[in-house]
Amino acid sequence: MNLNLLIILPLLTSLAILFAGSKNTVRMIALAGAAIQLLICGILLIQFNKYSVGLQNGQMIFESSSPWFSSLNINYHIGVDGISIAMILLTAVVVLAGILVSWNVEKMTKEFFLLLTLLSAGAYGFFISLDLFCMFFFLEVAVVPKYLLIGIWGSGKKEYSANKLALMLMGGSALVLVGMLGLYYNSISETTGFNLMALRSQVIPLETQLIFFPFLFIGFGVFTAIFPFHTWVPDGHSSAPTAASMFLAGISMKLGGYGCLRVAAYLMPEAAHYYSAYIVGLAAIAILYGAFATMMQTDLKYMNAYSSVSHCGFVLLGIGMLTPTAINGAVLQMVSHGLMTALFFAAIGMIYERTHTRTVSELGGLLKVMPFISTVFFIAGLCSLGLPGFSGFVAEMTVFVGSWERVEMFYRVSTILACMSIVVTAVYILRASGMSLMGVIKNKKFESLTDATWNEKAAATLLIAGILIIGLSPFLLNDLITPGTKQIMQNVNRIFTLN
Amino acid sequence: MMKNELMLVFIIVILLVMKVADNGRSSGYWIGVINVLLIMNCIIDWLPVSEGELFGGVYKSYALGNFGKSLLSTGTLLISLFSTDWLKRCQHIAEFYLLMISTLLGMFFMISSGNLLMFYLSLELSTIPLAAMCNFGLTERKSGEAAMKLILSSAFSSCLMLMGISFLYGASGTINFEVLSIIVQETPLYIMGFVLLFVGVAFKLSVVPFHLWTADVYEGAPVPVTAFLSVISKSAMIIVFSFLLYHVFGSLYNSWYLLLYVLSIVTMITGNIFAIRQENMKRFLAFSSITQMGYILVGISGSSAEGVTSSVYFIVVYLFSNIAAFGVISQIAEKSGKETISSYKGLAKHNPFLAWTMAIALFSLAGIPPTAGFFGKIFLLKAGASKGDLFLITIAALNMIVALYYYLRVIRAMFMDENEDSIPILHSGAPLKVALAICLIGILITGFSGPVYEYIFTLSNGI
Repeated sequence: MNLNLLIILPLLTSLAILFAGSKNTVRMIALAGAAIQLLICGILLIQFNKYSVGLQNGQMIFESSSPWFSSLNINYHIGVDGISIAMILLTAVVVLAGILVSWNVEKMTKEFFLLLTLLSAGAYGFFISLDLFCMFFFLEVAVVPKYLLIGIWGSGKKEYSANKLALMLMGGSALVLVGMLGLYYNSISETTGFNLMALRSQVIPLETQLIFFPFLFIGFGVFTAIFPFHTWVPDGHSSAPTAASMFLAGISMKLGGYGCLRVAAYLMPEAAHYYSAYIVGLAAIAILYGAFATMMQTDLKYMNAYSSVSHCGFVLLGIGMLTPTAINGAVLQMVSHGLMTALFFAAIGMIYERTHTRTVSELGGLLKVMPFISTVFFIAGLCSLGLPGFSGFVAEMTVFVGSWERVEMFYRVSTILACMSIVVTAVYILRASGMSLMGVIKNKKFESLTDATWNEKAAATLLIAGILIIGLSPFLLNDLITPGTKQIMQNVNRIFTLN
Repeated sequence: MMKNELMLVFIIVILLVMKVADNGRSSGYWIGVINVLLIMNCIIDWLPVSEGELFGGVYKSYALGNFGKSLLSTGTLLISLFSTDWLKRCQHIAEFYLLMISTLLGMFFMISSGNLLMFYLSLELSTIPLAAMCNFGLTERKSGEAAMKLILSSAFSSCLMLMGISFLYGASGTINFEVLSIIVQETPLYIMGFVLLFVGVAFKLSVVPFHLWTADVYEGAPVPVTAFLSVISKSAMIIVFSFLLYHVFGSLYNSWYLLLYVLSIVTMITGNIFAIRQENMKRFLAFSSITQMGYILVGISGSSAEGVTSSVYFIVVYLFSNIAAFGVISQIAEKSGKETISSYKGLAKHNPFLAWTMAIALFSLAGIPPTAGFFGKIFLLKAGASKGDLFLITIAALNMIVALYYYLRVIRAMFMDENEDSIPILHSGAPLKVALAICLIGILITGFSGPVYEYIFTLSNGI
């Protein structure tokens, strides 16, 4: 199966949108494009399962490499393994849900869907790239659509948030660029260039690793809201329109996690081990700080944004621990959180569209008025706090079990602190759900509000289906990603043995 | 071998004859004829030229230089296309074009110069008509001020350069570049000569601290002249500079590496800091171009072939991006007289084509994919990193973030801010649209095409 299809299809969709006439045509084209993309991802999954049975663990398949700038050793090198496919599926589902939820966008509809589709093309490209230059290219492609989406269609202080987001993400990219160039010029053979697989098979000298690992990790970490570079998240996610929030929190933050895993930890395991205390420390701070900050929020979207900071801390915690189970947990958390936060933002968006307020104290008794949306909200909240049966539980449990395998006192303490955040999560979720959904209807005008329309129901069902599949049969996702994480662990194990 | 220059001389002669025999034809007629001549010039310039030397080493023809000349012709054609509206209003069309072609001729000779004296002569030929062109806003005081500033500053820098040339002659006994490249060693007199020569080059390139003329001259001159100054003049100088740096003064490498290192950092930072505060679009692009020159210095200071390749590649990208930006500015300035960022607010509502062109041009200047500016910047930084110096690359990357901030200011004004007094629907003529379309295609395609970079790489290997 040709992986270029994953990028070509969104590009064709955006081209078609560009030349479309009416708003309805634009929406249908976008929907069709996203649906076909999901179909292709499904086919990719089936083919992957077929092919990977006889292969060694975690080899890249459907690989293809064509020279792009041969004098610079830059090739257009693409390929997937289990982890990539999990992320690609996540992207397909979240984008489709996002398009469904934004069905009624009236202002500049054509440009909106165009930017959304281009954004998704960037994400797909990132996940299939095996050449650092291509990864960087696709990472940066997303900056402009995000800026325009937040700045034009957002709410609240949108220009400020758009600026902050664009500049901080550009800052992260700048650090990644420096790290990448460092790897390029410090690779042992002349022809390695930016080739990920070739770089992986070399042992880069430790001093070099120690210099460039922070650049790469922090650079990618900015995308995953590593503390203290997480400040773009609250403003960015809250001011964005619903579909953009879903994409930002659901996928864009995972670009960073994937980058940390695939580039930083994969290529420089010695440095990852050296810095693991710092990574775990920062992750634990992010988890706890994010959770406590969320408790203080009065705006639903800000609440979800800070909770994203907290949940993405689990991803970094898993990566920092460097045990097989923990890394598995990190990937599971990436997928689970992506679906969950997309669902949450969708629910909040639906509520905001009807009530025009996001402040918890102004909402109340919505369960009576909008039962479907309220149930969706509840499900998202319960998944967030890790209720068994939903994907959040699976991911968090795996991360905790994996983190417990590191016996040193520092890691044990960090794990315990991270576990404690579940309590805080429960507090803010239950309080927000209780206050906004149950009880007395605060505003008389709310009584006449409508429940979810067909597109919103479809989006919610899609995401809930994903959450339930992972929550009730986690072995499906786990078997998909384990060969990939085994590959990463092979690299890690070459320098130290676990206790 | 000299076909590029001969073509330009031919055009000058035709223009002179036409002007003398002028029956009072309309400005549209003049513009049409001249643009046809420029198109012919552009086409002929892209045909292959044989390499070699003429007149005993005074005139050199080499592949990279010929490529540069073709680029300059293309740029001139594009600038001429988008300035048709302004030219129709201007009364001295033939004189303007005569001056422009003379400048271009000077630049061609500069690129092909084979000894120091030819270099100096052609530099003067390229500067003086340019100063006269700056004065073409005949009724505006700012325009006269710009012209005076340019001519006085360039005279001063030429003096310093001439002193450097005399030092080099005194130290080596020859003015020929080929002989110089063999003789030059790291003695104080040679280094002094090189530094003073570099002052002249740095002036044209607007490298800090020789950049003080840039903002005022760009602001005062009419937009087409600003475009010419910003794009063509700088591109020509970069091509000559790479040749000088690597071919003639290659042995002074240890001396000039530190020079370029420090100056590039200072240039990037100064350009960025001043650009943040600018309100006038022309001044804004002036400071942004100063910053771009800083990046080019980062790239050039890298290893030989890669450094030159990335700089020339960046010139291609910079040419398209800047001409697109200036094209939009000239259209808006001409039709509505507005030049400030705040007056651009709400541009996207009534003039989407202009707004999106400007947006893509600015994204290219900022270095955002998928525009070619991304590739240009990355390759520059990559060439600069080949020396293993992390600090320079980190500073450059951080500067890109600051640059993004002020480019986003303009984007924000155009797309997101509301304005009751926004610029009404402007009807752009066909030449402008053609010029902008060509630039847009250039911006979007150049990046993805590996062959362009590979071609330039093979050219730079000849240096």
